Amino acid sequence: MALAEICNISDAPYMKMRNFTTSDLEQESQRYVSNLMNPYVLQAPPFENPVENLNKIQASSDKTGIKIEFDHGTTTLGFKYKGGVILAVDSRATGGQFIGSQTMKKIVEINQFLLGTLAGGAADCVYWDRVLAKECRLHELRNKERISVAAASKIMANIAHEYKGMGLSMGMMLAGYDKRGPGLYYVDSEGSRTPGNVFSVGSGSIYAFGVLDSGYHWDLEDEAAQELGRRAIYHATYRDAYSGGIVRVYHMTPNGWINISNTDCMELHYKYEEEKKNKKH
Amino acid sequence: MNFMGIEQFPDYKVPGTQHQDFSPYESNGGSIVAIAGDDYVVIAADTRLSSGYTIHTRKQNKLFQLSGKTVLGSTGCWCDTLALTALVKARMQMYEHTHLKTMSTDAIAQMLSIIMYNKRFFPYYVSNVLAGLDNEGKGVVYSYDPIGHCERATYRAGGSAGALLQPVLDNQIGFKNMQLDGEIPKVSKDRAVAIATDTFISAAERDIYTGDAVCINIITKDGIEVKEVQLRKD
Repeated sequence: MALAEICNISDAPYMKMRNFTTSDLEQESQRYVSNLMNPYVLQAPPFENPVENLNKIQASSDKTGIKIEFDHGTTTLGFKYKGGVILAVDSRATGGQFIGSQTMKKIVEINQFLLGTLAGGAADCVYWDRVLAKECRLHELRNKERISVAAASKIMANIAHEYKGMGLSMGMMLAGYDKRGPGLYYVDSEGSRTPGNVFSVGSGSIYAFGVLDSGYHWDLEDEAAQELGRRAIYHATYRDAYSGGIVRVYHMTPNGWINISNTDCMELHYKYEEEKKNKKH
Repeated sequence: MNFMGIEQFPDYKVPGTQHQDFSPYESNGGSIVAIAGDDYVVIAADTRLSSGYTIHTRKQNKLFQLSGKTVLGSTGCWCDTLALTALVKARMQMYEHTHLKTMSTDAIAQMLSIIMYNKRFFPYYVSNVLAGLDNEGKGVVYSYDPIGHCERATYRAGGSAGALLQPVLDNQIGFKNMQLDGEIPKVSKDRAVAIATDTFISAAERDIYTGDAVCINIITKDGIEVKEVQLRKD
C-alpha cells in the first residue's frame, strides 16, 4: 500500500475497493435478461461484424468439433384470391443435415385477423413474431381498432431494418383481413416489404411456384384454392430435401382465420398417386 | 478475426508469429432423453463430462431441478450451461418473490427461450431439453435450438448423441411409419424408463462423449424420483 501512496495512485479508481451494492448486482444481472423487459434490447456480441465473425467461429468446426446449427429450411406460400387469402406451409425444421423436427408450426397465429408464415431462422421468426403480436395488441388498445396488415408489416420491416447486417435470417409473409379487404405482404430480414397477390418463400419455393402459377387465378373457388396451396406444398416437399412433414393450410376469411387441414405428406403422396392412375385409365 | 485490431498496423507485426482465432466455445459432450406421458415425464442424461479425447469427470449431473415439477437437461459447452442455468434459477426466484407462486413449466419454457435469444449474436452453445408437468398435470417436453427456438413435444433426444437416440425414440415411442390399427399405443411410466435406459446403453456403445452412467429423473405429481444406471466406462 505504501508504494501506491508514493506513486500517488491510491486514490485512483482501480485501487479502490469495490463495494457491490444490490443495485449494482441488479444492473449486472439485468444485462443478461435485458430483452425480458424490452424485447428490442439484445446483448451486443463481443466482436465486430457478427455476420462474418459468428460464421467464422462456426467455420472452424472441423477442428474443434463445435457446430452451432440453428433450425432452418422451409417451403411456404400464400396467395390472395376472391375468397380471401390462402397460406400453406410444410413443417420440417432442419439443423444442418439433421431433421430437428417434422411437426414444426410455421404459421404463427398473431391474432384472429393476422397470420405470419416463417422461413429462415426459426428462432428469429418466432421471437420477432411474438414481439409483433404484442405491438398489434397494443395498437388495438390504444386506437380502439384492429391494426391493418400494412401497418403490422411495416412494424416487422422496421425491426428487420434496425437489425440489418447483424445476421438475422427471416423471410415471412403476413396475411390478414382488414377494412381494405384481404392483405398479403412479404417482409424479409434485408428490410424489404412488398404487397402482392402470390408469394412463395423458402428453399422449396421454386417447386411450389411451378404448381402455384400453373393453377392460380383470382376467381378460384374456396375448396379449389385450398387444394391448390396444398398441392403446391406437397410437390415442394417431394423435390426439396429441406421441406417435408405435414402440409398445413390456413384460410384467411373476412371473419378471421380458419385452419383448413394438417395432412401428412405421405398421405398426400398416395392420394395424388391414385389420382394420376385413375386419370390414365 | 479482427479482434485486437492488430491487422490494421502491419508495420508492427512480428515476423513468425501465428495468429490464433477467437474460439470461445468448447464441446463438453453429453446426451439427454426426455419422454412425456399422461401423468408423468421421464428425463435422463448421462454423467460424462469430456473435452476432446479427455474425460474430465464421470460423475457430472446434467439435470437441473428447477422446481417440484420441472427439470432442465442441458449439455454442450458446460460453462454456458452453468451460466444459463444460474440465470434461470435466479429469475425463477425473483418471479417467486414478486408473484408469490412457483413458475409453471410453460412459463419457464417461454422464459428460457427469451433468455437464450438475448444472446442471439453470441449464442449460448447448449442443447436444452426441458421436461415437466403442465398446469393440468400432463407431462410435457420442450426442446431448444442454441438461440432459443422452442418446440413442445412428447419425446425428444438432444446433445452429442441426439442424432443417434432420436430415431430409436421415433420407432419405440412415436411408432413412426408403421401400419397401425387405430391410435398410437400409450407408453407406461416403467416402459418409458426402460426405453430411456436402453437408448443410453446403445449411445454409450457408439458415441465417445456418452457413457459412465445415466441419471434418470421421473417426475410425477408426487415429486421427483431420481435413479442412476451404470453404463460403459470406456
